[in-house]
Amino acid sequence: MANVTLKDVRKTYAGGFEAIKGISLDVGDGQFCVLVGPSGCGKSTLLRMIAGLETTTSGAIDIGGRVVNEIEPAERDIAMVFQNYALYPHMSVYNNMAYGLRNRRMAESEIDTRVNEAAKILELGALLQRKPRQLSGGQRQRVAMGRAIVRQPKVFLFDEPLSNLDAKLRIAMRVEIRKLQRRLKTTSIYVTHDQLEAMTLADILVVMNGGQVEQLGNPLAVYQKPATTFVASFIGAPPMNLMPLRDAGGFQPNREGILGVRPEDLTISGDAPTGGLALDLTVEAIERVGAETYVYGLRSQLGDAPTVSARPGELPPGEVLVRLPGQDAPAIGQPVRAVAPREKLHLFSADGRSRLEL
Amino acid sequence: MVEHRPWNDIIAYTILTLAVFVVAFPVYLALIASTHDAATVVSGNLPLLPGHHTLENYYRAVFVGGSRTSREPVGHMLMNSFISATGIALGKILISILSAYAVVYFRFPFRQTAFWIIFITLMLPVEVRIYPTYKVVADLHLLDTYAGLILPLIASATGTLLFRQFFMTVPDELLEASKIDGAGPFRFFKDTLLPLSITTIAALFVIQFIYGWNQYLWPLLITTQDSMQTIVTGIKKMLTTTDELAEWQLAMATAILAMLPPVAVVVFMQRLFVRGLVETEK
Repeated sequence: MANVTLKDVRKTYAGGFEAIKGISLDVGDGQFCVLVGPSGCGKSTLLRMIAGLETTTSGAIDIGGRVVNEIEPAERDIAMVFQNYALYPHMSVYNNMAYGLRNRRMAESEIDTRVNEAAKILELGALLQRKPRQLSGGQRQRVAMGRAIVRQPKVFLFDEPLSNLDAKLRIAMRVEIRKLQRRLKTTSIYVTHDQLEAMTLADILVVMNGGQVEQLGNPLAVYQKPATTFVASFIGAPPMNLMPLRDAGGFQPNREGILGVRPEDLTISGDAPTGGLALDLTVEAIERVGAETYVYGLRSQLGDAPTVSARPGELPPGEVLVRLPGQDAPAIGQPVRAVAPREKLHLFSADGRSRLEL
Repeated sequence: MVEHRPWNDIIAYTILTLAVFVVAFPVYLALIASTHDAATVVSGNLPLLPGHHTLENYYRAVFVGGSRTSREPVGHMLMNSFISATGIALGKILISILSAYAVVYFRFPFRQTAFWIIFITLMLPVEVRIYPTYKVVADLHLLDTYAGLILPLIASATGTLLFRQFFMTVPDELLEASKIDGAGPFRFFKDTLLPLSITTIAALFVIQFIYGWNQYLWPLLITTQDSMQTIVTGIKKMLTTTDELAEWQLAMATAILAMLPPVAVVVFMQRLFVRGLVETEK
């Protein structure tokens, strides 16, 4: 049980590349903190610095009231679950879990108790004598979790632990991890690039980009009030529609800025709500996924310069996505008007770096 | 899609059979010669069927030695060969696995330089550095000792390269997991790397045992007493007689005996490392 506190933590590689540009973070005892961001944003590096697998250039990493910058990984009282599980291939499941305890010269009887207890929690009892290669992906994942649990560490560190599993198993394991963490009440830091995992697991969500914290807070608060256009398009799937303010359906035309509206907040209707947004669209494509339908429309008010760049995962300029419940949708090529009330709109500065009051 | 043309098979098998014959016939002749008495072998008309002196010839070769040449019996030479070949193979494995571990897992100054120096020694086999090596061994009073037979041959760039390649395929996460599990460099080596390297070690042992067994020039140079000579040099000496007939039947028996241990090593270890290759998943 411990807090994890980072104070202005930085990492500069020998070549001069600055991977972590000053991050401060406070994870309370028993909280589940998720670091999320696109690949290369430094989230894994930060986790490995907390684990002690990477050196820290400056700043302080504090685990349970002790600055651990100069302390070996084994002495930090942490346990880590790796993306590829990193199970010892030549050891049985039992020995994989017991190895770390044996290295600490724990009594065999105590090791046996802990391993069997972890095996019971994770339903690994029948597999204890198997080798990792005889297990399925989900079982290996559970062994990796077991290896972390038996240590009874102050902090669990997860490095994209579910990315090697197929979609269904990933959802099942996601729920299991959350339940397990609630039950053990161990402070956890979890790295993922999957915003859905991040939203569902986190007590504290840390959205990272380019070695910096873009936004930090309760996941729903981040979803409801994204601080930058990066967060707005990264959190939430499908991503938020962003458009230059002057193109936004005649909405406050004399201001510069970027207007955002989530696909689920748009409805197709004839009349614009007072003070709200009304976009005239031509339907380009329709995706029916069953419970809901995605309508891709092209804005008829298209400015000369697309000020919002299309990064991966974002919509191309001029395209607006509307998410409708059910299966009813307009025909392709049909002109429609998509509207959203004023309180559902998000306004950002022209560079996308800050959120403005509407 | 498998093409099946009977003529292709016939031609292929004919060529293979011929090749096997070319390789195996001299061995067969040696085997036959070792079963006849001296007169039959020297007569110039060697029969193609085994004779009746098998046990006698092998008994004399192994335990008595030649009657007219004052050579050691083969049993002792086999032992010498076995000790030096095993010593060379194990020594090479020990040195190369440790140096590869250092080169791959430790960041020390001039690491790349060290690696390239090891690499360059590939171009310096015993034959090239024979004079300085002999001088060093002689000055250390290692002539006519097992240490003299073994030590100069055990530095192995081949083994280091082989282990380096293997270590580089071991995922970094295993090292990191070991670090978090509280295993230091020695524990990681002993508990994780060594068990994973078993197949590589077996493969290297086969190669290096045969290399050590087949050494000719080096043992010939540094052994002066018959009691220290290896079987490969011993065969040659059996044929060097001044004014007597060489005892070909004994030389052939010795040659056959010299072939057996490497064959045994290949047959036995091959199964071990093939099984290892099939079962191990990294």
